[in-house]
This record gives sequence, C-alpha cells and structure tokens, in this order.
Amino acid sequence: MDGRALDELRPIEAKAGIIKNADGSAYFRIGKTVAYAAVYGPRELHPKFLQDPKTGILRCYYNMMPFSGIGDRVRPGGSRRSKEISMVIQKALKPVLELEDYPNATVDVFIELPQTDAGSRCAAICAAAIALADAGISMKDMVSAIAVGKVDDKIVADLNYDEEAYEDGPVADIPVAVLHNTKEITLLQMDGEISKDELLQALELAKKASDKIAKIQFAALKDKYKVNADQR
Amino acid sequence: MGLLVKQKDIVVPGEVLADSIDYLPGMHTYRLNNNIIAKRVGLVEIEGRALKLIPVSGRYLPKVGDKIIAKVVDITMSGWMLNINSAYNAMLNSKDIMRFVRKGEDLTRYHDVGDYLKVKIFNVTSQNLVDVTMKEPGLSPLHGGRIVMINPQKVPRVIGKMGSMVMMIKDKTKCLVNVGQNGVVWIKGPAPEAEFVAIKAIKKIEDEAHLEGLTDRMTQFLDVECAHLQGLKSETQEEEPRETFQSFQRSQEREE
Repeated sequence: MDGRALDELRPIEAKAGIIKNADGSAYFRIGKTVAYAAVYGPRELHPKFLQDPKTGILRCYYNMMPFSGIGDRVRPGGSRRSKEISMVIQKALKPVLELEDYPNATVDVFIELPQTDAGSRCAAICAAAIALADAGISMKDMVSAIAVGKVDDKIVADLNYDEEAYEDGPVADIPVAVLHNTKEITLLQMDGEISKDELLQALELAKKASDKIAKIQFAALKDKYKVNADQR
Repeated sequence: MGLLVKQKDIVVPGEVLADSIDYLPGMHTYRLNNNIIAKRVGLVEIEGRALKLIPVSGRYLPKVGDKIIAKVVDITMSGWMLNINSAYNAMLNSKDIMRFVRKGEDLTRYHDVGDYLKVKIFNVTSQNLVDVTMKEPGLSPLHGGRIVMINPQKVPRVIGKMGSMVMMIKDKTKCLVNVGQNGVVWIKGPAPEAEFVAIKAIKKIEDEAHLEGLTDRMTQFLDVECAHLQGLKSETQEEEPRETFQSFQRSQEREE
C-alpha cells in the first residue's frame, strides 16, 4: 500500500547499548514503529514469593507512550492490551534464555514505544532480544519477530497501520517470532481471516523476513563494540 | 565451510561459529546438529578444535576463591550482609573476621552499614548463597578513597598480566588501587586530581578492553595525563604514610 513490494520490509534501524544505566539496552525501528528496550538484571527478585529456587525468571513490561499512536492519546499505565502483550513477549523470549544459572533472581525487560505504526509487539521483541544479548545473558538463539498477513487477497510482510486497518477486503494480521537457527516459532498470534494454505505461505514469508531482521540485530550488537574502537 | 570466524572476532548469541563436526563447543557455545553456536556477546577464542567465548558483557556471578570488594548493606545476628555487585548478597560471619567478636556484641563496632570491605569468597551454594571471609592477609576494610564500578568481565584487563596494568596505574598516578573480581574498584590517592586520572585510566581500559595493543596505549595515555600531576605530586605525596603504602603494596602483590 505504501509502495513496497509484497515481501519487502519497512526500513529497519537497530542500535545496542543506548541506555547507559541499564545492564543492556537497545533501540529498534521498523518504519514508523520505534521501540526502546532496557534490561536490568539478573538481580534480586522482590516480592520474595515470586522467587523460583530452580531458575531465574523473566519479567517483561510493554508500554506505549501516550503520544505514540495515530492521534488518539494512549492512556498511560497498564491496560488489558499491554498486559497481554507483555505476557506474549515474555513467552516469546523465555525459550532461548538460560536463566537456570540465576536461581531466585529476575531479569527485567522494560520496553517503551514512543511511536507506533502497527507491528509494535514485533518491534518490542526485536529490541528486547538485542537488549538481552547486550546484557550478557546466555541465549541459545536470536529472536526476530515480524508481522505477516493477508491484505485483500495478497500475502504480505510487515503490515503497517493502513494495511492492518484495510476495510475493502479480508485482512489477516499475524505477528510471528522466529528463532534464527532452528526456525522455531515462539510467538504466533492472529487477528482476521486466512485459509490454512495461505497461513502456511505467510509463515514461510515470516521465516524469510526474520532472517533479514536477525542480520540487522547481529550488526547492531557488533556495532556497539566497533563504535568503542573508533573512539580511541 | 568449517570455521566461520577468526580469533578475537566479536560474535553475538545465535551466530554460527563453525558448521562442521570437526570443532568442539567450549565455554558459552553449544552444538546444534553440526553447527557450533554462540550464546553470549563475546570474543572468539580458538584453542585447537575447541571454540570458546570470552564474554564482553554481563553481571558478576560469584565464584569460590574470588577476591571482591563488597559493601555492607545490613547487619544480622551473626554477621554482615554484603552487596557484591551481583544478583545475590553475600554473608560475612562474625567468626570470619580477623578480630574476636564476643557473643552479643554490637557488630557495628567492627563494620558498619555502608563500609567497603575486601573479602574472599569461600563458599557458593547451588542456590548462589555466598559466604565470604576476611581471615587472610590482604583482606581488610577499605577506608576513605572512592569507588568505581566497572564491567566485571573487563576486570582481567584492568589487572593485566601478573597485575602489570594495575601496577602501572599505581606507579604513575601514585594512587592506591584495589580491584575486586566483581568489578568494584577502590581508589585512594594523594590528591583528587590523581584519583581522577586513575579513574579515567580504568574507564579507558574498560572501554577498550577488547582491542589489541592496550598496554602501549595505556602507557602513552598515562604519560600524557600524569604530566600535569607532576608538580602536585611532590607536594602532596608526603601526606601518604609511607609505611602503610608499602605494606599495602606488598599485600597487593601477594594477591596478584
């Protein structure tokens, strides 16, 4: 709809280590959707009843800033929607993390979105994955997320808001998180209508797209140490 | 095919380091089918057929035998609770300090909340409960001075081979420098200016720890930075009691 090819992603930009106070942090932009992630921990977990003596836990907080939407003010604070997204992000990231080394501790991931144009949970996951790696937490794999779907009768990648809100035909919006090496899917949600064949096609597209994103995530992390080298 | 990275390359989690059976996964890497995959952001170290990573980021994980600098955060019935710049606190039992503590005595007489102590970890349980001791030469409370936090993964570079780097900073800035394995560095100098130079040097090492030729660059850096300290030093150095300085250095050398 905005002049991209069907499988073309919006321009992506990623940076690691932008929040100095945090143990790890990242910035991830895809088109007009911007996500900042900050990771704190592993650190002591309070309240104590949440502690798990077998493993550390991961807590995610997803938040859209009040001015981040299309024009309507997003009411600050947690909502039913942000709580759900926080949970799916946590479940998308947890499988790759090795938190067994940190019993009774927690790793907190805070994700803020100053600007959104659909695909915010995917941008959030991408940013959080970079930030977790930057924080030096053991990860079996890189997590890359992208929304795919169907607009009218075409399978497309990386829907923006106009595509997602298309009214003259069937629309399906499917956020997917894919592990880089195994191509396992850790997040799969759907809104809209799509046939089984088309869904499988869309997932193939998501896997291809996730490769591109993973490359950008890798480059962002490596860049952090290159920048340091240039400063001397 | 085979090896996909070079020695000292920066790699990131999920990156494939080698794609053949001929290589073995070492620290912070694992095997998936034929591939060796990295689990941390770090520098590749190739040792024969084994590939291991030296992490460049991450928090401190307590290890038995480490000498660390800890801050007293609480006082319990039997000892002190210490913050060790990690996800876990450490316990220092009143039996594990150099002096005899009578039963029921007020523990703040020895170490109060907010004090910094150099301690050694002698036990870590599976649940990461950490026990530390001060019953060893070189382990003592650190009075005065200032604290700098650095990335615990960079501590070996700050210390240098056989303590060469930290000795150089001590020599040139005339500061006392005590580096804990947990990334807490204690600095006390003859004048604030000298301390600032030492802090700057340590921060520089931290930033450039993964780059080669660090020692030469640091020598140069310290020569330049210390040039303007010259006049100042001669005036203020006398304030530092010689004897304690030397005995301190001796204990440091033993440690390193």
